[in-house]
Amino acid sequence: MEVFINLLVNGVSTGLLIFLLAAGLTLIFGLMSVLNFAHGGLFVWGAFSGAWIFKETNSFLLAIAGAVAVGMVLGWVLERFLIRPVYGNHVRQLLITLGGMLVLSESIKIFWGPNPIRVNLPAWLEGSYQFDGIIIIKYRVFVIVVGLLLYLALWLLLSRTQIGLMIRAGVLDKEMVQALGINVKGLFTFVFLLGAGLAALGGALLAPYSGVVFAEMGMQYAILAFIVVIIGGMGSLQGSALASLIVGVAGAFMAYYMPDLSLALNMLLLAIVLLVKPTGLLGEKGSAV
Amino acid sequence: MSLLKLDNLETYLGQYHILQGVSMSVEEGSITVLFGRNGAGKTTTLRTIMGFNPSTTGSVHYHNQKISGIPTHLISRKGIGYVPENQGIFSALTVEETLNLAKSKSTGETEEKMEWMLELFPDLKKFWRKKSGLLSGGQKQMLAIARAYINGDGLLLIDEPSKGLSPIMVEKLMESILKMKEKTTILLVEQNFLMASEIGDYFYIMDDGKIVHDGLMQDLKEDKETCQKYLGIA
Ligand SMILES: Nc1ncnc2c1ncn2[C@@H]1O[C@H](COP(=O)(O)OP(=O)(O)OP(=O)(O)O)[C@@H](O)[C@H]1O
Ligand SMILES: [Mg+2]
Repeated sequence: MEVFINLLVNGVSTGLLIFLLAAGLTLIFGLMSVLNFAHGGLFVWGAFSGAWIFKETNSFLLAIAGAVAVGMVLGWVLERFLIRPVYGNHVRQLLITLGGMLVLSESIKIFWGPNPIRVNLPAWLEGSYQFDGIIIIKYRVFVIVVGLLLYLALWLLLSRTQIGLMIRAGVLDKEMVQALGINVKGLFTFVFLLGAGLAALGGALLAPYSGVVFAEMGMQYAILAFIVVIIGGMGSLQGSALASLIVGVAGAFMAYYMPDLSLALNMLLLAIVLLVKPTGLLGEKGSAV
Repeated sequence: MSLLKLDNLETYLGQYHILQGVSMSVEEGSITVLFGRNGAGKTTTLRTIMGFNPSTTGSVHYHNQKISGIPTHLISRKGIGYVPENQGIFSALTVEETLNLAKSKSTGETEEKMEWMLELFPDLKKFWRKKSGLLSGGQKQMLAIARAYINGDGLLLIDEPSKGLSPIMVEKLMESILKMKEKTTILLVEQNFLMASEIGDYFYIMDDGKIVHDGLMQDLKEDKETCQKYLGIA
């Protein structure tokens, strides 16, 4: 029982971290049809800048806010100078965002050197909870709570606000949205910055969780996030949330019971979903929520 | 006075020279119908006005203000409502959400416009919380027209509203469009001559990217030769 609950908690918390990365990816794809391979670069910048700010200031909240700010600034630069010139051209997007990913990952080493960096937990999140003799690590609960709150906030943003309505309409028909007087370029930028901020936040939350950050982790998590986006259905926020949990939980159990196979697992999940439902779990044309 | 003026528009789609010097004007308070066979360039004309396919030469003026060359969303905000040929329905949004979206950047009396549309098209009120994608073809067309009217302020561009609808539905729609003339100027693209000639004040006929005829609808109805030559009506 203890093992089961712990694996579940691990799986859900990892899943929600992946979700933070996948949420931006899926919305950016849904609205702009852009596959942003540089997304993982924003994640790793969030992880490093968060870890660094935490070390310097000893304030975890400041670290998170700083990481999000760094992510959004980099996201703005990316959207404005790399992606905007190649809207509508998938091959160029692929090349240029992959290039962006490499530049973002490698430039980490200029600032923080080539070696992994250790990251500590903030004091107020150290330790664990005990329920009926089952020990659950505090930080994981924290990640779950934050992840769920963010999911809720995103869902409210998309389903209850005017800008959310515009985004959902934009996912369905960009031209018609423009014909209603709405500046779609502005919407693109908003969604891109939102996605960038979430990716950086994911990185900043992951750093103390894994205890160590390294430049290549961006690619590693970006691949997971891409798998999640495809399993969940491109453009669907709920689909990505569901798929993140599946990938996270399945990964945690596999790593424990069949560690040799855990790498193959995601590919297997992907293959099964694509065979059974090629549009992904909740991928229906046009439901961004 | 003409509300909308197209002056010598030349529009290319890719390498194809589609509009080859199109000039038209739409009088305020009128229904002006643009006829022409399939592929004549009617849709491209409306898309050029909306800024989706900008012209390489020529200009579009609305209220004597140049609107060619500016982005679509700003053209829309001048008060031009647009009903595209494929209706452009946001299938996953409800009727309510669609019309609220239409209000978001609209000018003028948006509440009044909304109320009037629900009066004119009671089905929209009935299916207020239904997903637009689940509406019937006729209801989708009503939604597209209501959305454009609420969003616009003074001019409606409607691209072949009769497409794919039953004769009864077409008749109902044409009646509604005629009623809407009280409050807005309309540029209507149609192939259904019988219906459109009943409600139109002026007409233009387009062929191969050029305007080949224009005038009062009344005169066209009597001009059997032109009708036969360009509209295939005996
Ligand atoms: N994206 C495009 N690229 C190249 N040519 C196009 C494109 N879209 C339309 N065309 C061509 O432009 C011409 C005019 O098309 P348009 O849609 O404006 O005609 P239309 O008068 O609206 O016809 P219909 O009555 O069939 O709707 C046609 O010959 C069409 O084949
Ligand atoms: Mg057409």
